[in-house]
Amino acid sequence: MNTIEALEQQIVEDFELFDEWEEKYQYIIDLGQKLKPLAAEYKIDDNKIKGCQSSVWLHAYTEADKIFFEADSDSTFVKGEIALLINVLSGQPAEEIVSTELGFVDRIGLRQHMAQTRANGLAAMIKQMKLYALGFQHKTV
Amino acid sequence: MSTTDKNISVFDVAQVRKDFPILLEKAHGKPLIYFDNAATSQKPQVVIDAISNYYSHYNANIHRGVHFLSQKASNAFDDVRFKVKHFLNSRSEREIIFVRGTTEAINLVASTYGRKNVHAGDEVLITAMEHHSNIVPWQLLCEEKGAKLKVIPMNDSGELMMEELEFLITDKTKIISVVHTSNSLGTINPVKEIIVKAHAKGIPVFVDGAQSTVHSVIDVQELDCDFFAFSGHKMLGPTGIGCLYGKAELLEQMPPYMGGGEMISAVSFEKTTFNEVPFKFEAGTPNIADVIALGVAIDYLMQMDRTEALAHEHELLKYAMHHLSKIEGVRLIGTALNKASVVSFVLKEINAFDAGMYLDTKGIAVRTGHHCTEPIMTRLNIPGTIRASFLFYNTFEEVDALVDHVAKAIAFLKPQHA
Repeated sequence: MNTIEALEQQIVEDFELFDEWEEKYQYIIDLGQKLKPLAAEYKIDDNKIKGCQSSVWLHAYTEADKIFFEADSDSTFVKGEIALLINVLSGQPAEEIVSTELGFVDRIGLRQHMAQTRANGLAAMIKQMKLYALGFQHKTV
Repeated sequence: MSTTDKNISVFDVAQVRKDFPILLEKAHGKPLIYFDNAATSQKPQVVIDAISNYYSHYNANIHRGVHFLSQKASNAFDDVRFKVKHFLNSRSEREIIFVRGTTEAINLVASTYGRKNVHAGDEVLITAMEHHSNIVPWQLLCEEKGAKLKVIPMNDSGELMMEELEFLITDKTKIISVVHTSNSLGTINPVKEIIVKAHAKGIPVFVDGAQSTVHSVIDVQELDCDFFAFSGHKMLGPTGIGCLYGKAELLEQMPPYMGGGEMISAVSFEKTTFNEVPFKFEAGTPNIADVIALGVAIDYLMQMDRTEALAHEHELLKYAMHHLSKIEGVRLIGTALNKASVVSFVLKEINAFDAGMYLDTKGIAVRTGHHCTEPIMTRLNIPGTIRASFLFYNTFEEVDALVDHVAKAIAFLKPQHA
């Protein structure tokens, strides 16, 4: 398993291939379309993230001291953003997830194309993933 | 001649576009196509210059100073009240109150006329297609007073069900507040008919003109509405300035809204007497620069051939609706017979936000979501729409680009069913 940092670096390098926002958008949509759908049993209100303009459901579980995420949204673009986060964070140890700064989000220039409300949605997703990790971390201690 | 012929218009769009410098901007490196006019209109250079000119040459506080600059600023400011009077055809400039925008105008009337006249058990009547700003202030008032907020329903096309009106207006109705033109559907409501029926029972009517003011010629005496409000920024003026029109006899009996300078006649620690209307409602130093620029926006609108401009907008609307509806997967939302140049639509199996972002990557500015009219979306059972709203400076070629890219967005965003 790669470290969070290495996975972030890979995404940054992928995005360096794109000059235009249009290409980044298309790439993120592509990721969203390929994201494994979340089982219906997890698409419940308890799993909904507050603070997102679009509906986002996030499910987390642990396996061998690692935390795994699955998620879904009614927006394919948001699913693409989630796919990036899942790619980096899913399968990582809780303490790594809690402490990472996720600098790649800024480095790939995602936030600069977003209104504040949308950026807040992305921040809410990251926060929820970290909260899950924090919860699991304390459970195992 | 076909109704969708793009050469039907005689309006000189190319010439008009030269007045709006922002239309030459690029978005993501592509020529900007601005179809978010219902959110805010762009500004002609003369309006932009008016703001800069005021601050560069005669910035001063008004109505108080004895000096040259203050006189000049006061005169420029005061002139605008007469311009608005002329623009709305009110009887007197005293019936024009400067506010920040339509939202503040509604809050002002709900907090003053409403608080004074609406009591426990009374009713306030609005419509199913109000912007949140014409729902929430009345809701707050009704909660405070123990009154009831009632709603004129709408049909699937986005038209008010006027046959319900006679049952909804009761002896308990104290005020009716209706949106003139819907921001999310474009429906032009039969406000005149509502006003006539309301007045038959002695009930005043507030008309929310946020969208209608730029898309029609307003005559408050002909409408005979009791209150009318508009926002400057939606009709070529700056943000942060708008107007409330109220019949003088109503304004005079209303208590003040905010306390402060300008709105008083005499102040002592025991008792304050208030200035006369409209100043009673204009506490504090007003938004002088933006009032002056609003006056220039009004001049601009009144100097153009509005009949031609509005006809051009209507042709754009028909053209867009015709061509969008031909695309498989597009469903138009809001198909009222009487419509302003707003096209709302949804795409089959495609999220409105994703599609809006797709259009944005092509330089096309639309709005997606519920457009601050959640009850409409609930009524139509949709989460939101993609909305393209046109103003006279938009072109048929821009609509062609929209239609082309909507079709491409559908192809690109279509779910890949396994």
